[in-house]
Amino acid sequence: MTPLKETEIQVLKIIEKNANLGVAKIAKMMGRSEKEIQQVIYDLEDKKAILGYSTLIDWAKVVEHEEVTAMVDVKVTPARGVGFDKVAERIYRFPEVKAVYLMSGAYDLSVTVNGKTMMDIGKFISEKLSALDSVLSTTTHFVLKRYKHDGFILEDDDEDDKRIVVSP
Amino acid sequence: MSKKSFVSKNVENLKPSGIRRFFDVAAQMEDVISLGVGEPDFVTPWNFIEQSFHSLEQGYTSYTENAGMIELRKEISTYLHGNFQLDYDPAEQVIVTVGASQAIDLALRAVVEPGDEVIVVEPSFVAYVPTVSLAGGTPVTIQAEADNEFKLTAEAIEEAVTPRTKAIMLCNPNNPTGTFLTKEELEPIAEVIEKYDLVALSDEIYAELTYDASYTSFPSLAGMKERTILISGFSKAFAMTGWRLGYAAGPPDLIAAMVKIHQYTMMCAPTMAQHAALEAMKNGRPSVRDMFESYKQRRNFIVTSLNEMGLDCPNPGGAFYAFPSIKATGLSSAEFAEQLLHEEQVAVVPGDVFGESGEGYIRCSYATSLKQLDKAMDRMKRFVESRTPKR
Ligand SMILES: Cc1ncc(COP(=O)(O)O)c(C=O)c1O
Repeated sequence: MTPLKETEIQVLKIIEKNANLGVAKIAKMMGRSEKEIQQVIYDLEDKKAILGYSTLIDWAKVVEHEEVTAMVDVKVTPARGVGFDKVAERIYRFPEVKAVYLMSGAYDLSVTVNGKTMMDIGKFISEKLSALDSVLSTTTHFVLKRYKHDGFILEDDDEDDKRIVVSP
Repeated sequence: MSKKSFVSKNVENLKPSGIRRFFDVAAQMEDVISLGVGEPDFVTPWNFIEQSFHSLEQGYTSYTENAGMIELRKEISTYLHGNFQLDYDPAEQVIVTVGASQAIDLALRAVVEPGDEVIVVEPSFVAYVPTVSLAGGTPVTIQAEADNEFKLTAEAIEEAVTPRTKAIMLCNPNNPTGTFLTKEELEPIAEVIEKYDLVALSDEIYAELTYDASYTSFPSLAGMKERTILISGFSKAFAMTGWRLGYAAGPPDLIAAMVKIHQYTMMCAPTMAQHAALEAMKNGRPSVRDMFESYKQRRNFIVTSLNEMGLDCPNPGGAFYAFPSIKATGLSSAEFAEQLLHEEQVAVVPGDVFGESGEGYIRCSYATSLKQLDKAMDRMKRFVESRTPKR
């Protein structure tokens, strides 16, 4: 991996906080031309430093939306020669799985699973996840409430500007 | 019979603050985007706040030493050394104050004899002129020139100096212009200050917020340390305005004089704020850095936007203010600000409140989220287009 240029890192820092700015604004913020910034972004995409652009949504605000999240601690037997990677792949290919991390400590893989209901998730774990040969055990924790997600506080009603309107 | 006024002549003669008047109008209106705010939009970093909670839990609720907690003075001394290559003895050359505001007041009262002249470079922070008057001095203003990006020059000082001149107020980077002076630009200024044997009161509260070149602290220049009172504080770069914490560093006799006034008039700076500042000095770097990056991005954004809409705005090297010319609109500063506020609900500060050379300019603070800045620029563009003849 070649180290990234200063401009590239700056662009990443800006869009990490807000991917919705658009090239024109980013260019203005950095005092560069739009063309230059567009190229930087293409390069970062090619290098897979930028993997995609998703939006953080508070689905709890959407009444119609039914979704349950569980974090599953998974113990596995690593496969000869490929270690945990092969098992991890078998797990992350399932669309129900939102995240997979290899962990230090009491278990091996931390797996985040989304489903419509607790039943759905239970079904997925017993029928798919636990059924994998290399999976030794699972412990499932359901998420009850999100307070902060990926650096964003979910119910921050206290964001208004508390400063006086004009000051020296 | 009309009742005689008990208010002292000295106070009665102070000019009412132009900012204050404008604030009263803006505060009444709804949906105002304010670019009129001279303080960070960031809330104080959490670890500073948490440290202050902790100090209260531990029962640190009493006075500190007059000059401030020695641990804090040591940290300030280390900070000044690390960032600006300055050497100040924390025991004798540093005082912790209630904001840079109080440091300015103490410094002037410590230095000025009745009738002494103090040079103030306008456009300037609004407190300098009245504070000189309240200290019994006579403010003598220099009008920095727009053609020279509002940079102070040695020649301008020479013209203003009289046998009664005792001191000069410097502010780098400057509020309201954002003007930043480099080492090469400061050196000739230092020479005249030495030539006329003046005291320099150097307000460096925006020192951390300089974006394009490295910062030279005034007392680090040859011969300046023994005649400079360095004034700074935690309000701006550390986002701590409401804590009211600043400091001054300087020659032991001048700092001792300031401590003398301070012990009779203030006792000490707020204890819980001093604890927060201690954390800011020890572990504040990453937060300061993040805020710095944001300000720099916003500066680039606002300066480009202002120039694009036809308001001539040189790139300000520091602080968080842009100071564009509004002469293209044919309006005065006050007219521009008032009409913009009423028609587009954007508050800016008319440049003339900072001194007569500020006429024809407005101060736009970019200590505001990018989203708000973006909206403000759209509104302002519409306003400027309605006021400028089609080309
Ligand atoms: C140049 C300058 N000096 C001093 C101050 C006062 O700062 P403090 O909050 O530390 O009293 C300000 C605040 O606006 C300022 O702009």
